[in-house]
Amino acid sequence: MSSRGVVWLGSPSFPDAARVALKDDQLRANLKRATGTIRDKRLTVAAELDDWEELRTAAEAIKNRTARHLDHYLVQLEESVTAAGGTVHWASDAAEANRIVTELVQATGEREVVKVKSMATQEIGLNEALAEAGITAYETDLAELIVQLGDDRPSHILVPAIHKNRTEIRDLFRAEMGHWGQPAPEDLTDEPRELAEAARRHLRQKFLTAKVAVSGANFACADTGTVLVVESEGNGRMCLTLPETLITVMGIEKVLPTWSDLEVFLQLLPRSSTGERMNPYTSTWSGTTEGDGPSEFHLVLLDNGRTDTLADPVGRQTLGCIRCSACLNVCPVFERTGGHAYGSVYPGPIGAVLTPQLVGVEQAASLPFASTLCGACYDACPVKINIPEVLAHLRAKVVEAKDGHTVEGLAMKAAGKVLDSPRLLGAAQKAAALGGRALARNGKIGRLPGPLHGWTDTRDTPAPPAESFRTWWRKNRESE
Amino acid sequence: MTSRDAILGRIRAALTDVPSEERPQDVPVPRDYRRSHTGPGQDTVALFAERVADYRATVSRTDRAGLRDAVAVALTRRRARYLALPGGFPMELLPTGSWQWHTEPLDVPALDELDGAITLAAAGIAITGTIVLDTSPGQGRRALTLVPDYHLCIVGADQIADDVPDALARLDPTRPLTFISGPSATSDIELDRVEGVHGPRTLDVIIVEPSVSGH
Repeated sequence: MSSRGVVWLGSPSFPDAARVALKDDQLRANLKRATGTIRDKRLTVAAELDDWEELRTAAEAIKNRTARHLDHYLVQLEESVTAAGGTVHWASDAAEANRIVTELVQATGEREVVKVKSMATQEIGLNEALAEAGITAYETDLAELIVQLGDDRPSHILVPAIHKNRTEIRDLFRAEMGHWGQPAPEDLTDEPRELAEAARRHLRQKFLTAKVAVSGANFACADTGTVLVVESEGNGRMCLTLPETLITVMGIEKVLPTWSDLEVFLQLLPRSSTGERMNPYTSTWSGTTEGDGPSEFHLVLLDNGRTDTLADPVGRQTLGCIRCSACLNVCPVFERTGGHAYGSVYPGPIGAVLTPQLVGVEQAASLPFASTLCGACYDACPVKINIPEVLAHLRAKVVEAKDGHTVEGLAMKAAGKVLDSPRLLGAAQKAAALGGRALARNGKIGRLPGPLHGWTDTRDTPAPPAESFRTWWRKNRESE
Repeated sequence: MTSRDAILGRIRAALTDVPSEERPQDVPVPRDYRRSHTGPGQDTVALFAERVADYRATVSRTDRAGLRDAVAVALTRRRARYLALPGGFPMELLPTGSWQWHTEPLDVPALDELDGAITLAAAGIAITGTIVLDTSPGQGRRALTLVPDYHLCIVGADQIADDVPDALARLDPTRPLTFISGPSATSDIELDRVEGVHGPRTLDVIIVEPSVSGH
């Protein structure tokens, strides 16, 4: 991990990692099946709300209001949480957040913590930091458990083990559960229901005896100090309710102005994320409550590159992300490469824009190019983050950082100009369609000459059609 | 300098494009979305029942006079005999029979021994098929509806809000709230939803409607 975490040190650049992933037929089959399932569900439940666009617009505006006055809302949140009996800590970077959490756990005298799935704690590498201090963190979300048992890395924001199918999970449970606690039953099959039951038994005792829990937060309301965790399995409820001490690590951008703003996000998030009208469980708490739940609550507010992101008026919108992962499930690049190729805890389209901003473009220079700019992510985003716009903006920054002397650099500079102008973009799309079809044989583009061969060597690129990419994509998918 | 001051300082430095006189409320938030997605004259109780059942929870509808029987039917069907009861639960709602009611204080190991919990609710949400508990009398501490494997929840028809905005306005955010939409579930294996992980794997909901003639 770098000093800010987020990216996995030693990871190959995206094109190199993607080349390997593209050869993995099992991975591609798993991804295709899973993303296909969720895409259909999301479209169905989003279509139930005929004001979906108005909800997206409101969500975008609330996030914009929050970002433009983030200092105000964080101070307000600190006051409300403190008044409700919680303690607020501020962490500039991953190292500081890890130190704060480690010291809080050490103060309890405990050597084990149970964890609710959280992107922020993955970003900072908390589990590894706790392990160095001799503290074992048990992931309790089913997918996170799969990743932890496999000594693996998450490959999807919502479904970190999306790269594994049921049989691979069954094999992993049989081989590894016994090393961490309650072993899997001898006769475990690959039925998802049985796998869920094995996870229940494996973690039950941990939940009932844990004294310390660590969570993330989906939202926190500045006016009331209310923090929320949105989940499905009940592992979140277990962690948030049964232990004596609760430590929540939250990115500073997760604050919302008011409790009533949740009326927008609680409609958008479950439908965009798992394709459900509402997720099974949402827990909310404000500080501590006498006789119910943890008697000690710590909220760690994490910067770790977010203020750098805030400083860029184009990139700022990325902070509106609610981690629903809808953009991953609609992305043609993600569906083919999987999440690991991004080399970051934040994969997919949102990862391609968030990662370089959190760690600096020079640390993740290939990620802004890990996209076809097809725009499906923008359409799917419930808070209307214009991911293609930010990608193009970051590409220009990468080029600037490299002095703009590379061929890709010049191309991207041109792309930046073109994307800034609808007229030029239209002309360029037309030119690309013509040029692409001129190069194509039998509807496919083979190996391209010159500097572009690196791209075509690993791809059987369909010829650009006369229609827009999104129309083509939809049609192409239906025929598969 | 503390990290708090450093972070707040960096935020202010990052927002140089925001005019200093701009107040948070000056940033427009268009709220053109619906307050409710129910149709005019729609039977929200029926909608709530249908949507809760969509999550594979079992829903029954009764009135005050039929409630004790409905509770007995649910508990018998689930073969639940040892049940956790929250403080302040109205005892007159309980059927007579071979059930054992266990009241607070109940620690976690004790709760783990029980078959289920029976509670009231703070609100329901028709569009999403959600029940909300706020730990008020009759609803119990959060652990009470979490540790036992079965939850029987009684919701008044008048407690059912049309949609999320209306429900949030009815709730008290200073209380610990639990929004429940069906039994525990996971989509972590191939993004296919299966019911039953750590929370109660069985959820029954009884809707109590105003008395109709004949009772």
